[in-house]
Amino acid sequence: MSYQVIGTRPVRHDGADKVTGRAVYGADTQMAGMLHGHIVRSPHAHARILRIDTSKAEALPGVLAIVTAADLPHPGDRMVDLGEGLTRLSWVHGNVLASDKVLYAGHAVAAVAAANAHIAEEAASLIEVDYEPLPCVLTAPDAMKPDAPLVHDDVFMQEFGKLTDTPSNISDHFRFEIGDAAKGFAKAHTIVERTLDTSTVHQGYIEPHAATVLWNNDGRVLVWCSTQGSFVVREVVAAVLDLPISQVKVTPTEIGGGFGGKIPVYLEPVAALLSRKSGRPVKIAMSRKDVFEGSGPTPGSHMTVKIGVAKDGKIVAAQANLAYEAGAYPGAMVGPGAMCVFAAYDIENIAIDGYDVLVNKPSTAPYRAPGATNAAFATETVMDEIAEKLGIDPIELRLRNAAKEGTRRADGPKYKRIGCVEVLEAMKNSAHYQAPLPGPNCGRGVAIGFWFNIGFSSSCTISVNSDGTVNLVEGSTDIGGSRTSISMQAAEVLGIKAEDVHPTIVDTDSVGYTAVTGGSRTTFATGLAAHDAAKDVIRQLSVRAAKLWEVDSELVNCQRGVFQSGKHSITFKELAAKLEETGGPVVGRATVNPSGVGGSFAGCIVDVRVDPETGKTDVLRVTSIQDAGKAIHPSYVEGQMQGGTVQGIGWALNEEYFMDPSGIMKNSSFLDYRMPTALDLPMIETVIVEVPNPGHPFGVRGVGEANIVPPPAAVANAIHRAANIRMTRLPMNPNAIMEEVWR
Amino acid sequence: MSTVRVQTTINNQPTEFLCEPRQSLLECLRELLKMTGTKEGCNDGNCGACTVIMDGRIVNSCLVLGVECNGSEITTVEGIAVGSKLHPIQQAFLENAALQCGICTPGFLVAAKSLLESEPHPDEQQIRRYLANNLCRCTGYDKIIKAVQQAAGGAQ
Repeated sequence: MSYQVIGTRPVRHDGADKVTGRAVYGADTQMAGMLHGHIVRSPHAHARILRIDTSKAEALPGVLAIVTAADLPHPGDRMVDLGEGLTRLSWVHGNVLASDKVLYAGHAVAAVAAANAHIAEEAASLIEVDYEPLPCVLTAPDAMKPDAPLVHDDVFMQEFGKLTDTPSNISDHFRFEIGDAAKGFAKAHTIVERTLDTSTVHQGYIEPHAATVLWNNDGRVLVWCSTQGSFVVREVVAAVLDLPISQVKVTPTEIGGGFGGKIPVYLEPVAALLSRKSGRPVKIAMSRKDVFEGSGPTPGSHMTVKIGVAKDGKIVAAQANLAYEAGAYPGAMVGPGAMCVFAAYDIENIAIDGYDVLVNKPSTAPYRAPGATNAAFATETVMDEIAEKLGIDPIELRLRNAAKEGTRRADGPKYKRIGCVEVLEAMKNSAHYQAPLPGPNCGRGVAIGFWFNIGFSSSCTISVNSDGTVNLVEGSTDIGGSRTSISMQAAEVLGIKAEDVHPTIVDTDSVGYTAVTGGSRTTFATGLAAHDAAKDVIRQLSVRAAKLWEVDSELVNCQRGVFQSGKHSITFKELAAKLEETGGPVVGRATVNPSGVGGSFAGCIVDVRVDPETGKTDVLRVTSIQDAGKAIHPSYVEGQMQGGTVQGIGWALNEEYFMDPSGIMKNSSFLDYRMPTALDLPMIETVIVEVPNPGHPFGVRGVGEANIVPPPAAVANAIHRAANIRMTRLPMNPNAIMEEVWR
Repeated sequence: MSTVRVQTTINNQPTEFLCEPRQSLLECLRELLKMTGTKEGCNDGNCGACTVIMDGRIVNSCLVLGVECNGSEITTVEGIAVGSKLHPIQQAFLENAALQCGICTPGFLVAAKSLLESEPHPDEQQIRRYLANNLCRCTGYDKIIKAVQQAAGGAQ
């Protein structure tokens, strides 16, 4: 199939705004009479709140409102949609403002609105909170002990789908099973079992969370904020404030990164309460420390993976125990971890146990293929060890076991057409894998990873302008060029240039329901909505052409923007100029909730040098390989692959929440939580594989996530070859490496 | 708190403002002058999103006080384009897809412009070193480096 627009690299539609500083992000909102909010956060990881005294703060000139959990309505508990899953309203409520207990250092307990940010901060320091500190628990293994301090008194363990009457930090224990793992292991020639840990890490978006809210005099709550899902914000704000959703209008600003972390709602309900009390619009922007301590990082994890293979390397059984730290409220994304842990391989006998474990750390949030990166660190380092033991090339071992169409995943679904084999072949054939290693103390590692991607709802309208261009209205906040990848799909259908589509992302009053920008769904699902809306435009324009030619509209066909019937022919542009004379404006519309989601596989090849004296690891060369299905805008596909790969390198080598024994984060700044800089990296090579997804008209799979999954394991495997050590803990910083060298 | 009168030149325009001694240049730009193109990512000098050129040197505007700027010449992202024409570095960022979310982009553009003014033909390592103060979480820096290389090539 040849395309005119798909696969080209036009300049993004919001480009000029974003290189001139005109694009308006969360903290850029300005409004007459606007106040600045500041949130008081807990200095304890676990404590009972005995008393909150706001009198001194209230007396400070310039302070207009103060709120605590007592100001929140208590509508009773129910389930609410958080964008990528359901959770209990009481947990969302409790995380927005703590009532009886604080569950992590950084937990919000009160908020103040004042004339400027300095007065608000000063007032916040005058709010007196008396705490009774309680014992805290910080890691999954500690929290799972029978005598561990309980994070919640009223969370009971759910085991295999049934709620027990045991209060526990294990909020959920589930099992995925196919075949008989014990029987499989009994037949194995070689078995490798390893226990591995990963640290709590943060998405690290450069824009801190920011929201401005006006509780208007007509009772409507107007929200301007940086979010991955404006409709999720609407849902959560309405639920927490006990309002009908139609009373809340959310206008998304530009978003300065999210990677999953800007799906949850933190500031908006608090700013709303402050606005209601003060009668003024209130803006709250997090500090970087607030972001680290008061938003949602990804879970740390404690995992055991055991894989048994026959002599030829064919996997005969696999078993995993995955314990993920949910933080303060249930929802550690261990389910997706379990879905992905063996997803790259065709295995008959699998047993996976997942544990969702409460600890006194911030409530975790989605982070780019949530749960899968942790799991792949375990599986892919074990696979590397098996390859070494059997003397098989690590890519060849994976090829012998690669999942394909018809393979059943442990959690149930059978794959449709997937690109796991094609990704592995591309890795094997890459210039990087063929090249020699650069020198002593160097090693090359490989790994692969999977993310299933999601569908969910999207809406889109397209209005035709008389000059032959169109205006496209959609609701997916644009986190990395999706305006353009969506517009290109409409342009392809309409037979016009990408530049002739003018996309706008609108508020929740102005477009149909659209789910989050997450799960690699935006180019897939909102792109599909744009495709379908463009088809609707074509259908309506065919009727107009038929009217002009006095023929039956069934006899009009449209190819690449040219309408034809018999000897008649007219271009999209010419026809657009004749709308008034043929019946008035044309607006195409579509809503989708697609079922044809196509999962994506990614691979990573990395060369490192490990300094034997200091344990410092330098990344010398990296290649990211991913099945995009179809790359709509190849530059932004490469960008996703490069960005995900570098985040994975950050997980591998540096990033962690460094907590003291009392649960205080000791590195909550970008100085000490060290993300990769330009100086730490080489160029990031990319190989786009295209195995079209049969569930999308252009074959799109979605490319945002799978790329982060393999790098930590690939780096660990490279370190093994460079320094002859097997690393079982992330991050693999110089300390950790030297400890292993000296062991 | 009492305010201090500060006279500066911002993006070639004489600009005067009254600020409190505790207000950073970043806050003065964003809150007093409503120039929100300069971004706050950390407010402690570790992300570079607030990079501006002050008297020929790049600085983190969150680490400079407004009152220190009396008599200074400052260039922000809003002052890089010439009229309606983008600067070659802005054009190169667009053509190379060197931004995804765009929040770090103003800082990178200012820093890259400053680099190319002092070193018109930097090699890859010089570019990486000069931009090491600017964090980007989306791109992995690859396309940013290529954009700077293209802009440097174009200036030859």
